[in-house]
Amino acid sequence: MKSITRLFFAGLLLTLLSACGGMQVRGTGDLGLVIERASGHVTLVNTSIRKPYARIGGLGDLSHASVVYSRDARYAFIFGRDGGLSKVDLLEARVVKRVMQSGNAIGGSISQDGRIVVAQNYTPGGIKAFDAETLELLSEVPAEYEPGRFSKVVGLADVPGNKFAYALFDGGEIWVSDFSDPKRPVTRRFPAGLQPYDGLVTPDGRHYLAGLFGEDGIALLDLWQPEKGARKILEKYGRGEEKLPVFKMPHLRGWSVAAGRAWLPAIGRHEVLVADATTWKETARVAVKGQPVFVMASPDGRQIWVNFAFPDNGWVQVIDTLTGKVVQTLQPGKAVLHMEFTPRGEAVWISARDDNRVVIYDTRTFRQLGDFDVHAPSGIFFTSRAARIGL
Amino acid sequence: MSSSAFLPALLAILLGGLATAAWAEPPAARQKELIHLVRQDCGSCHGLTLQGGLGPALLPATLAGKPVEGLVATIIGGRTGTPMPPWHRFLTEDEAQWIVAKLMAGFPE
Repeated sequence: MKSITRLFFAGLLLTLLSACGGMQVRGTGDLGLVIERASGHVTLVNTSIRKPYARIGGLGDLSHASVVYSRDARYAFIFGRDGGLSKVDLLEARVVKRVMQSGNAIGGSISQDGRIVVAQNYTPGGIKAFDAETLELLSEVPAEYEPGRFSKVVGLADVPGNKFAYALFDGGEIWVSDFSDPKRPVTRRFPAGLQPYDGLVTPDGRHYLAGLFGEDGIALLDLWQPEKGARKILEKYGRGEEKLPVFKMPHLRGWSVAAGRAWLPAIGRHEVLVADATTWKETARVAVKGQPVFVMASPDGRQIWVNFAFPDNGWVQVIDTLTGKVVQTLQPGKAVLHMEFTPRGEAVWISARDDNRVVIYDTRTFRQLGDFDVHAPSGIFFTSRAARIGL
Repeated sequence: MSSSAFLPALLAILLGGLATAAWAEPPAARQKELIHLVRQDCGSCHGLTLQGGLGPALLPATLAGKPVEGLVATIIGGRTGTPMPPWHRFLTEDEAQWIVAKLMAGFPE
C-alpha cells in the first residue's frame, strides 16, 4: 500500500512537472495580462521584467473585455463582449475553462469569498452567477425593471457580504443582489436617476456610486445604510450649460478615491469633478484636455491619471492630488484605451490601441521605462486586483 | 482627380442619385479611415462587430427598412435623449451616406 501511494505521488509530481513545462515554482504577484481586443488573444505579462511571457488565443470577441482574478491570483476570469467567459491559468499559460454565458456582455466581478463569478449582460439584460471553480451556472437575476422590460446592466462590482451592486441603464436604478445563498440571490432595488452608465465602489467597500448620463449628477448609495436609499451628489454640475458631445462613455472603477476625495469624470464637460469623500460635497474641478474616460488614482493616492475620449484619445494627463493641478501631459501613442498601475505604483502601463503598443512610464519621473508590441491592446489587468473589493 | 478614380466616382454619384440625393463616394484612403472610425470609435458603444452594446446593433438585419436619411441625420446630428453624439465635426454628409450604405450592405472589416 505504501509503495502504491509513493508511486501515485511520483506520478502526480511528474504530471505536474510536465504540465508546467518545467516551469520554476513561482508566485503570481508580478503577473497580469493585456487584452488584444481585435484578435481574441490575451498577452500575459510580467511587471518585474516589464515584458510579455506568453500569448493565448481563441477567446472570442474581446472588445471591451474585462478581467477579475481568483483569490489566489493564479486564474484570470475574462469576460468577452460576445458573452464568452474564459478562465485562464497565468502559470501554465492556458485556458482552463470556457463557457458562452450570454449574447452580449459588458464585464464581470468576483465575490468577496472568491467562490462566485458574476457576469453582467446587455442582452439579455441581467446578471448571471457562476461557480468560480467549474464555471457552472448557479443562478441569474434578470434586470426586469418593469413587467416585460429588461435593462442593460452596467457598473457591476462586488461588495462586502458576497453581494454585488450594479446599475440599470434603461431602468434608472441601482440593484444590490445578495448571493449568501448562491442559488437563491435576494435583490434590493434603489431608484438612482436617468441613464446610469457605470458604477464604482469606494476602496473600503462602503459606497456605491453610479455615474448618470441622462442628468448632471452621481447617484450615491451607502451600503452600510442601504435603507436610506440612493441620493444624488454633484447635482447640476453642468450649471445648465449645453453639454459637449461625448464620443466615448467614461468608465468608473474603484480607483477614484485619493487623498480623502473622489475624482470623477464629468459628462459633456472637459473636467474632472472632485468631491469630499466624507461629505460628498464638490470641493473643486480640474480642467483637462478632453472628455475624461478613466480617472484613476495611483495606489498611494498621490496622483490621478486621466485618459480621454475620441478625438483627444492620444493624450494622458496627470493631476497631483495635493495641489489639484495638472502636473504632466503625455502623448503615449494613438488611441490610449487603458492604464494600469503596478501593485505599489512605481510604474503605470498604458495601452495605445492604434500604435499596437503598450508603453510603461515611471510615475515619479514620467520617463518611459519600456514598451512592447501587442496587437490592438485595450484593458491591462494585474493580479494585484485579486485582493481588492469593488472590481 | 485621375481618370481611373473619376469614373467610379461618377458612377457612384449617378447610382446614388437613383436612390436618394447624389453623394460622392469617399476616396479609397479616406474609406480606410472611415472603416477604422466605425469599427473602433462607433464600436465603443455599438461593438467592434457592430452587434450592439450600449448603443443598438448596426447590422444589415437591424437596419433593414430604416430610412437612409434618418440614419444619416442621426450620424451627423446625434440623437437627443440618447448617448449618440453628433459626428459632423469629423464626417461630411457624403461620408455619412457612404457609412450608412456600407452598414446596410454589411460593413467591411
